[in-house]
Amino acid sequence: MRPRPALLVGAVLLLVVLLAGCASQNTGQYVYNWSIFWDSVLRPSPRIVNGIWLTVAIAVTSQVIGIILGVLGALGRLARFRPARYAANFYVWIFRGTPLLVQIMFLYYGLLVTHIYSWPDLSLLGIALPSAIQAGIFALGVNEGAYMTEIVRAGILSVDPGQLEAARSLGMTYPKAMRRIVLPQAARVVVPPLGNEFNNMLKTTSLLVVVAVPELFVTFSQLNGSGPTSFHPFELFLACAVWFLLLTTIWSIIQAVIERRLGRGFGGESPPGLFDRLFGRFSSSGGAH
Amino acid sequence: MTHTPHDLLDAVGELPQSPDGLVVEATGVHKYFGRLHVLRGVDLTVKRREVLVLIGPSGSGKTTFLRCINHLERIQQGRISVNGHLIGYREENGKLVEDRERNIAAQRAQIGMVFQRFNLFPHLTALENIMEAPIQVRGTPEDEAREMGLKLLERVGLEAKVDTYPGRLSGGQQQRVAIARALAMKPALILFDEPTSALDPEMIGEVLDVMKELAVEGMTMIVVSHEMGFAREVGDRVVMMDEGVIIEEGSPAALFESPREERTKAFLSKIL
Repeated sequence: MRPRPALLVGAVLLLVVLLAGCASQNTGQYVYNWSIFWDSVLRPSPRIVNGIWLTVAIAVTSQVIGIILGVLGALGRLARFRPARYAANFYVWIFRGTPLLVQIMFLYYGLLVTHIYSWPDLSLLGIALPSAIQAGIFALGVNEGAYMTEIVRAGILSVDPGQLEAARSLGMTYPKAMRRIVLPQAARVVVPPLGNEFNNMLKTTSLLVVVAVPELFVTFSQLNGSGPTSFHPFELFLACAVWFLLLTTIWSIIQAVIERRLGRGFGGESPPGLFDRLFGRFSSSGGAH
Repeated sequence: MTHTPHDLLDAVGELPQSPDGLVVEATGVHKYFGRLHVLRGVDLTVKRREVLVLIGPSGSGKTTFLRCINHLERIQQGRISVNGHLIGYREENGKLVEDRERNIAAQRAQIGMVFQRFNLFPHLTALENIMEAPIQVRGTPEDEAREMGLKLLERVGLEAKVDTYPGRLSGGQQQRVAIARALAMKPALILFDEPTSALDPEMIGEVLDVMKELAVEGMTMIVVSHEMGFAREVGDRVVMMDEGVIIEEGSPAALFESPREERTKAFLSKIL
């Protein structure tokens, strides 16, 4: 039987709530305010909504940067031209070899105090883009690019070398053969790990707490720190978790759609649909593949 | 196969022609893989409309030589021209230097190649496989490429498989699409690298039929193959390679019936 993550998570949450309920009856030290939880989930304040959008926007932008850098990095690592190879290897070495938290601090405060580069407060298409957010997106994107480099490289290497030969024998140049023939086939292999990466990215945006970007986690931390909802970490972070879970769930739906589309022409077993993905694959077809 | 292919060349229109009737001219070709000396001075010319069958034991260098003709492999010595143009290299101060990627690609566009393992693009349908290079390399308008692709698929007997992905085609069908794909580039010459040796026996015939048709219509072809029936029927010349050199050549009848060289006799006795 395959693992059924959603069932598992549901069960664990239920257990926590029940245990907590029992504990409160026994000691009575913590007074629950469930309306904080329900309000945060069902009627989120503009502040929370803003945090959600910020998390999504930062994660998507950073991931897009990561994918672009990943493709470039992978082509660099596989290039015949030595300097390209060295540059790509160096990039991966640095950004995979140091903590993301350190990179964020360095790229924002480190560059700021030395006047090497201070991120300007920008406004793009009417949307304010404070310096901390830019630095955060940059750090997340560049870090992600190092991991994506390895993922894309594995994808390219998984494509039969005969494909590149066939493309070249038809008169395509290397860049064209890569773009039209090899990368589209590599994409099929890249998307499942990319799904993992983006799922992580949605949650990793929380690290931007160190540069005070008010994304989802930071917003709930602030709500817990002061104001009418202060010191209700149980209700607040339960609500925060629900929001993150919703975001990652929506992403797994999108990922399933992408995988289905990329699977065209390859036959075999279709990727699991949303239901299977959440609750495991029930063997409705007798379990035979 | 119920459908007999016909007018394959008619489907693609005019083919480029060499001025002097010589399509391939190879002189003194040497090739090393590291320290392994796989081609040791190969000389060969192929005339327009000629069908040349290349035979020899495995490791004799026949496939490597074929791959040198469209510069999928570099050569270390000698020269190869197709339609009078040096392939893969240009001459600078009497020395040969490797040509630019763009020029090599343009030369390859005139040389079709059919692979042992088909190498169709699995993410594209049969029709898209054929349309891809004309559109991407030649800049052929899409509707024109589509029209030609449909015509070619019909003439290799696969009009029912237009929108089918390669993964759902049999080996013989895939190879016929691959031949159509090569033809769509209007090549001056097509190289066949053991086109039937990865096929189940019952599918060899349908691929050979298409190749025979091409030969009859006057396509210039170099075929690495041990299909003796094909060589006898449409081959103009059979060339026997061993240990990186051509050891004997002649008409199919002459070479198969009365080979001069002992090595040719020994080889033929194994495959006939």
